[in-house]
Amino acid sequence: MMRRFTARMTFGTSTMLALLTFAALPGCKHSTPAHSALKATAQGTVLVETSGGHQVGVTGTALKDPLVVQVNDDHGTAVPGALVEFHGSAGVSFDPAAALTDGSGQATTSVTLGAIAARYDLSAVTPGKAAPVSLEIVETALGYQERVGSILADKYCSRCHDSESSPERVSNYDNLEVKPHPFTEGSTLNKMSDADLTSIILHGGPALNRSALMPPYGNTLSAADVKALIAYVRAVADPPYQPAGTVYARK
Amino acid sequence: MQLIRKYLSSAWQALFGDPVRAFGVVSLILLLALAIAPAKEHFSQWHSYQRKYLALIHDRGDAPSLRRRFVPGIHQTWLPELGVVDRCTTCHLGLNEASLADVSQQPFRKHPVVPHSLDGFGCVICHGGQGQATTVAEAHHSERTGEEPILPTRYIESGCGQCHQNALPGTPQLNLGRTMLGRYGCVHCHAVTRPDGSKVEATDHPPTLAHIADKTTRAWVFSWLKDPQAYAASTTMPNYKLSDEDASDISAYLMKSSMPQAKDTATPGVKPAVIADPSAGPSLYGESFCASCHAVQNAAGNLVGGDLGPELTRIGNKAKPEWLTAWLENPRVYDATTPMPRYRFTPQQVATLATFLQAKSDSDYGSGIHLDAASPQQIAHGRKLIVELGCAACHEINGVQRPEKFAPELSTIGSKPLAQIVFLPGMEHTLPNYIVAKIRQPRAFGSSVKMPQFTLTAAQTDALATALLALTARGRAMPDNLRVAAVPETNYQPAGHAGKLIAELACLSCHRFNGRGGDMAPDLSWEGSSVQRQWLTDFLHNPNTLRPSLIRRMPRFNLNDSDNKELTDYILAVYQSPVIDADLAPVATNPPDAVEHGKQLFYSKYACQSCHIVDTKTDKGYVGPTLTQVGSRLTAAWAYAWLKNPQALRPGTTEPNQNMSDDDARALTAFLMAQKAPGGRGAKQ
Repeated sequence: MMRRFTARMTFGTSTMLALLTFAALPGCKHSTPAHSALKATAQGTVLVETSGGHQVGVTGTALKDPLVVQVNDDHGTAVPGALVEFHGSAGVSFDPAAALTDGSGQATTSVTLGAIAARYDLSAVTPGKAAPVSLEIVETALGYQERVGSILADKYCSRCHDSESSPERVSNYDNLEVKPHPFTEGSTLNKMSDADLTSIILHGGPALNRSALMPPYGNTLSAADVKALIAYVRAVADPPYQPAGTVYARK
Repeated sequence: MQLIRKYLSSAWQALFGDPVRAFGVVSLILLLALAIAPAKEHFSQWHSYQRKYLALIHDRGDAPSLRRRFVPGIHQTWLPELGVVDRCTTCHLGLNEASLADVSQQPFRKHPVVPHSLDGFGCVICHGGQGQATTVAEAHHSERTGEEPILPTRYIESGCGQCHQNALPGTPQLNLGRTMLGRYGCVHCHAVTRPDGSKVEATDHPPTLAHIADKTTRAWVFSWLKDPQAYAASTTMPNYKLSDEDASDISAYLMKSSMPQAKDTATPGVKPAVIADPSAGPSLYGESFCASCHAVQNAAGNLVGGDLGPELTRIGNKAKPEWLTAWLENPRVYDATTPMPRYRFTPQQVATLATFLQAKSDSDYGSGIHLDAASPQQIAHGRKLIVELGCAACHEINGVQRPEKFAPELSTIGSKPLAQIVFLPGMEHTLPNYIVAKIRQPRAFGSSVKMPQFTLTAAQTDALATALLALTARGRAMPDNLRVAAVPETNYQPAGHAGKLIAELACLSCHRFNGRGGDMAPDLSWEGSSVQRQWLTDFLHNPNTLRPSLIRRMPRFNLNDSDNKELTDYILAVYQSPVIDADLAPVATNPPDAVEHGKQLFYSKYACQSCHIVDTKTDKGYVGPTLTQVGSRLTAAWAYAWLKNPQALRPGTTEPNQNMSDDDARALTAFLMAQKAPGGRGAKQ
C-alpha cells in the first residue's frame, strides 16, 4: 500500500527525471562493434561447415576444436578472400568474429560459449553475390552437473555406449550381442522418463525387461551421480530433449 | 548584459514577487526535495529488475506459486561465520525456482545444479563480486581498492578450489592447473602454500647440471638455451629469450663448472668388442616399452609416447655416445633419483639401443653454431646470468647456490588487489586478465621481468589461471571444518634388498604403493593378497597385459632368478590387504556343481561376458581383464572379496558392485578358480 502511494507521489518527478536523462544521453559512450576493416576480395554463394560443429563444450570456456567453414561458389569451388561473419546469441564470443577465407576457402574461428548450459545456435554469414548466405551451426555447452555426468559417462558408460574407438580406448560396442543406445540417440532416450533411466542405471537392464548385459550401478554410483548422468544424457540428445515440464492449472 | 539582468529580475518578480507567491514556490521546491528519496528507490536498478521479474512470471502457468514466493524489497543472505553478506538475490530472483530452469533472460534463470545450497554458502564465495552492492555495476564490475570484480565463467572452478584442496571429480580444469603448478616447475621459483600450511611440491624432474659436460656438448647447451622447444617441442623448459652472447656465456660456465661423474664401479663397463645390432634397434626400443615414458615425433609431426621422460626425437644431437651407453647401463649412477628404471640390459642390448637412439638426430639442428673458447670474463658473466635468472632454482649447478624465495610467493595471488597491479595499456582491468597475460607473455610487462616464456596452449593457460585464482585470502580465512585437505603423497619407501630392487626398477614411477607413486599402472598396495606366487614369478619374468583393450606399458626387465624370487617374496609378504584373510578362503575345493552354477550366474544373471572373456570362442567382452586363466592368477580369497565389493579393494574401479549374495559370490569364485592355465602353470609364456 505504502509503496503504491510513493509511486503515485513521485509520478511528477519521473517525467522531469526522464527529461534530464534525455539531456544526458548524448554524453553516453556508444559501443561500436570491434570489426577491423576486412576487405573482401571475392564473394561466394555457398557456405559449408568443414569442422567444429556439434561439439560438446563447457559453459564460458572455449570449445576444444576451432569452427571451420568454407565458402564455395556455384560450381562448388572454394573461394579465397571472402568475408565470413560469425554470430551467436548473447554470451557467445568468437575469436575472430569476422574473417576472410584463406587460400583453401576456409575461415576459422575459436568459439567460446555463454555462461548458460544449453544448446547454442550459431550462424556464419557471408555477403554472397545477391543476398547474404548464412549457415546454422549447433554447439552444446554443459553446466556443472552435466559435465560431472559427462565425466562419469566417460568412466563407466562410454566403453559400451559409444561405438567410436581410439587406440587408447577400444570400444566394446561391437562385442555386445544386444547393442546399447548411444547417449546421443535422442529418438529412443527422449521417450524414456527420468524415472526409467534412473531405474535402469540403478538396477541394470533387467529392471526394465532389457538385457542383463547392462549391469546395475546402484551400489557404485551415488544418487547425485545418477542425476548428473541423466542430465548429461538429456543435454547431448539429438534430436534435443524437450522436458514435459510441470503442468499447472490456469487460475 | 542589460537584457539578461532584466529577464532575471522579471523572473524573480514572477516567482518571489509577493509573499504568497514566494510561499507557494518554496513549498513546491520543498515537496520536490522530499520526493527525491522515494524517487531514488523507485528508479533503483533492483526495483526495476523486480518489476521485470513480476512481468516475466505473469504469463507462466505457475505464476500464483511463483508470486507467492516473491518477496519485494532488498533480499540478503547473511552468514556471519563465512563473512557472507550477499544481496545478489534481490535481482537474481529465480535462483531457487526449479520451474525457471528454461528461462534464458538473466537475472531470472534458475541456478544450475551444484553440490552446495545457495542459502548455505551465498554467492560471492564462489563467484566473487561485491555481495552488499545493489547495482549491477557495483556488484559485478567494481575495481575499487579491496573489491573484486565477479569471476568470469571460464575460471569459475577456482571458486571450488578455495576450500577443496583435493582433486574434485567435477573440476577438471582446476585439477589440471594444480598439476601444472608442479609439472611445469612453477613452484621451484614461486612458493605456493595451501591454506592448511602444506606446500605445493614440484613434480617435474629438472636434471642436474653438475656433470653436464659428460652428457652433452657446449654447442648443444647453447642451442638448447636459445630455444628449448626447437629441440623438443614437448619440453617444460621455458624460453629465456637469451641473446647469443648470454647463451654462449652461460653454456661456457656450465661446461667449466661441470665435474666428471665418478665412474660406476658396481657394473662392468661395456666391452668395446660388443657390436651393436642395428636391425634389432627398433624392436628392442618397442619391447622395452621406452614409449611408455618417452615420446618421439613421428613423420606427421605428432608426438607419440608418454611424457614421464624427456622427448627423444633428437636425442642423437644431444647425448654423447659414451654417456648414453653408461646411462642405459645404470641411470642411477648419473642421477640417483631419476624415474628411469635400470633395465639390466645385456652389453649387446645396450650397444644396440644406444646406436638406435644415437641415430635419432636432425642434421639441421644446431648446424652452423661455432662457439669460440670463452674468456674468464665471459665465464664469470655466465655465472652472473645464472644467478640472476635463477637457473639454480630448478637445476643443480656447481658453484651456484639454490636461491631461496627467488620469485614472488603466489599463496594469495587470487586476492591480489587490483591497485597493486600495473596493467598493460589497453588491457581490461581484471585479475584473471592480468594472470593470463603474465603467463602468456611475461616479458611484455617490462624487459626487466625475469620470468621466462612458457609454451602453453590456451586451455593450459586457462587451467593454470584457474588454479592461481583459487589461492585467495578468503580461502585461507574459511573455517577449518569447511576446508577439504589435499591428499598428500606419503613418503613410503619399500625396505630391505627388495626395496633397493624396487627403487632400481623404478616401480614407483608407474605403480602406486601405500599412497606413493605414479598413476600409469595399477596400485599394487595389496597385490600380495591378490595374485598367486607362480603367476607373479612368471609375470615378472615376462610381463603381458591383462586387458585386451589396453596398450601394454610394463617393460620386461632382465631379472635373474634370485632377484625375481626376492621381489615375488616381498610383494606376497608385504602387500597384503587387511580385509582379506587368505586362510578363510571360501572355496577350498571346487565341487563341479558349484562351478556349473557359477557358470550360469556368470553368463545369465550377471552377464559378466559383456566386459570379460572366459571362453575365447564365444565371449568378446573387451573392458575388464581377460579371465581365461584367472584361476591360475588370482587367489580365491581375493576373487571372492572382489565380487562382493570391488570398490572396497580398489576405490574408483569401474566394475560395479552388484551387491551379490554370499552364495552367488562363492559359486562365481568356484567358476573363476576353475579357469586354470594349461598345464597348471601361470600366465602363458
